[in-house]
Amino acid sequence: MKALEKLLHKWDPMFEKGAKWEKFHPLYETMTTFAFTPKHVTKKGAHIRDGVDLKRTMFMVVIALIPCLLFGIYNTGHWHYEIQSYLPGSEFEAYRDYMTGFGDKVLYGLSRVLPLLVVSYGVGLAIEFVFGFLKGHSLHEGYLVSGMLIPLIMPVDVPLWMVGVATAFAVIIGKEVFGGTGMNILNVALTARAFLFFAYPTAMSGDKVWKGGTADVIAANNGMLPDGATGATALADLQAMKTNLTESASLLLEKFQAQYDPIDAFMGMIPGSVGETSTLAVLIGALILLATGVASWRIIVSFFAGGFLFGLLMNAIGGNAYFDMPAYYHLIIGGFAFGAVFMATDPVTAAQTSVGKLWYGFLAGGIAVLIRTLNPAYPEGVMLAILFMNVMAPIIDHYVIQANVKRRLKRLKTA
Amino acid sequence: MSETVEKTKAPSEPLFSKKNRKLVTDPLSDNNPITIQVLGICSALAITVQVEQAFWMSVSVLFVLVMGNLSISLLRNLIPSRIRIIVQLVVVASLVIIVDELLQAFVPDISEKLSVFVGLIITNCIIMGRFEAFAMGNKPWPSIMDALGNSFGYAWILLLVALVRELFGSGKILGFEIFGNNLPGEESGLYAMGYVNNNMMILPPMALIVVGIIIWVQRSRNKALIEDH
Repeated sequence: MKALEKLLHKWDPMFEKGAKWEKFHPLYETMTTFAFTPKHVTKKGAHIRDGVDLKRTMFMVVIALIPCLLFGIYNTGHWHYEIQSYLPGSEFEAYRDYMTGFGDKVLYGLSRVLPLLVVSYGVGLAIEFVFGFLKGHSLHEGYLVSGMLIPLIMPVDVPLWMVGVATAFAVIIGKEVFGGTGMNILNVALTARAFLFFAYPTAMSGDKVWKGGTADVIAANNGMLPDGATGATALADLQAMKTNLTESASLLLEKFQAQYDPIDAFMGMIPGSVGETSTLAVLIGALILLATGVASWRIIVSFFAGGFLFGLLMNAIGGNAYFDMPAYYHLIIGGFAFGAVFMATDPVTAAQTSVGKLWYGFLAGGIAVLIRTLNPAYPEGVMLAILFMNVMAPIIDHYVIQANVKRRLKRLKTA
Repeated sequence: MSETVEKTKAPSEPLFSKKNRKLVTDPLSDNNPITIQVLGICSALAITVQVEQAFWMSVSVLFVLVMGNLSISLLRNLIPSRIRIIVQLVVVASLVIIVDELLQAFVPDISEKLSVFVGLIITNCIIMGRFEAFAMGNKPWPSIMDALGNSFGYAWILLLVALVRELFGSGKILGFEIFGNNLPGEESGLYAMGYVNNNMMILPPMALIVVGIIIWVQRSRNKALIEDH
C-alpha cells in the first residue's frame, strides 16, 4: 500500500497543469482517489476532516447491493433450469427443486448477469469520462451505484444493446444535462428502466422475458410454452386478476397464494427482475446502509408503511381478487422492497427535510400500491411511483420549510 | 405608432438589402422561433411522428404566415390599435380555413392525419407573434421576408425532429424502410439482427427531449444564446 502511494505521488507532477499528461488529469485523479483519500484540502471556513467522502459512501451502497446481486445470480440460474425442465424429455426435472443443481445454476446465472453488469458499467463510465474530459473534472462517483443498480432491475432476457441504449439515455438526459452527479432530478437507474419500459415494452414486460432462455424453450417446443410451464411473474398473475371477472375472487386468490407462498416470496424464490426478488437480501442491504448511516431510515420505514396502509385500504374496499390480496404481499412481491431501500433513498433525488422524507416515502409506497391495484396497463407501480415522487420532492421540502417558518413566526409573535 | 416609423424610414431600399436578408437568416438559427423563442412547441410535439406530416404542416404554416404578414402589413395603417387582435385573428382564421380546404381537396390522406392540428395553426404563437411584433410596424416587403424567415426556421426544426422520430420510431424516412423489413416472420436487415424500433420515439415526450437536445447543441455552439439568471 505504502509503495503504491509513493509511486502514485511520484507521478503527480506529470498530470499537473501545463505538464505532459495534463489532459488525462481527470482520469489520473479518479484512479488515485479510488485507493487513497484526495490530497486537496478545504481552504476556507470550518471543516471536518473525515476519510468518508462521496466515493466511500457510494461504495457502501455497492457493498449493500452484493447480497441482492449474489441471490439474483442464483435465482436467474434456477428459473432458467426450471423452465427448461418442462421441455418433453428434459434431463433437468430434478432441478425444479430450488437447491438441486447448485453449481449449474450459479454458472448459468453468472453467464447472464455478468454481461449485464459489464454493459451497464462500460457504457455509463465511458459517457461519464467523456463529460469529465469536456468539463474538466474528475470522474463523478455517482455512477458507481447506478451502474450496479441498472442490471439488478432488468429482466434477465433483455437484449444487451437495449441496456446500453437505456444507460446512455439515463446518464446523458437524466443526469449530465442537469449538471452531473448531485444535480439530477430523477433517479438515474430508474430513468434507464423507465426508458426501456416505454421504448421497448416487449422486452420489459409480458411472460417471455423473466426466466432466462424462455424464447429458446418456446422455439424448441413448436412455438409455445410446454405444458405446466409459465413465464409469468407474480405481478403478471395479479394483473390478470384485475380483469378476470369470470372466476370468484376468493378462488383466484387461493390459487395465487398456493403458487406464491409468502415465505418463498420473502426469500426471493420467485421469478422477477434480476436483483429485486429477494426481500431478505434487500433487508440485509438495508441493515448495512442504516448501520453506516448512508440511507435514511425515515424513507425506508415510511415507504413500507405507505405500501402496507394502502394495501389495507384496498382490502377494506374489496371488489376484485387483487384488492382482497393480504396487504403484506405487496411488500414482498415485485420490486417493492428493492425500490424502498435502494431507489427511494437516493440522497440526491429524495426529499431533504426530515418531515419531508416521511411524506416522500409514505406517498411513494402508497402510490406504488395504487398503481399496482388500480392501473389496468401497468403490473408494477414502484418505478413510476418513485419517479413521480422524485419530481415532487422539492415541493414537499418547500412546504415543510414554509410550515416551519410559520410556526416559528407565530411563536415569535405570541412571545 | 406606425406613422412615426414611416417618417424615419429611409426613402428607398434595395429589395435584398443586408437588413432584409437578415430578416430571413436570423430566425433560421440565432432567433429561431422554436428553439430560442420557444413558440409553436405544441405543433412541434404533435405532428412530428412522420416527416411527411411535418412537411405539410410546415407548408401550411408558411402559407398562413406569409399571406397573413402581407395582409396585416398592408392593413397596418387602417387597423385601430384597440381592436387589432381581433382583426389579426380574423385574418389568421380565414387563411387557416383556406389551407384546410386546400389540404382536404388535394391531399386528403394527409389532411386526415394532421386532423385538428391544421385548425390549431390559429393558436400557433409564432403567427400572432409575427403579426404583432413585425407586420404591424413594417412595410409589406420586409414583412414577407420576415414571414419567410420564421416559417423556414419553424420548418427545419420540425423536419429535423420528424426525421429523428420517424427514423428511430418506425425505422422509416418518408415511408421508405431504412433498417429493413419489420413484418413479423419475415424480418430482414437490422431487424433480423435483433434491432427493435424505439416505441418511445412515437410518444410526444420524446419529441420534447429531441427539441431539448437541439436547443442544447445550439446553445453550446453559441454561448451568446444562453440566458443569464
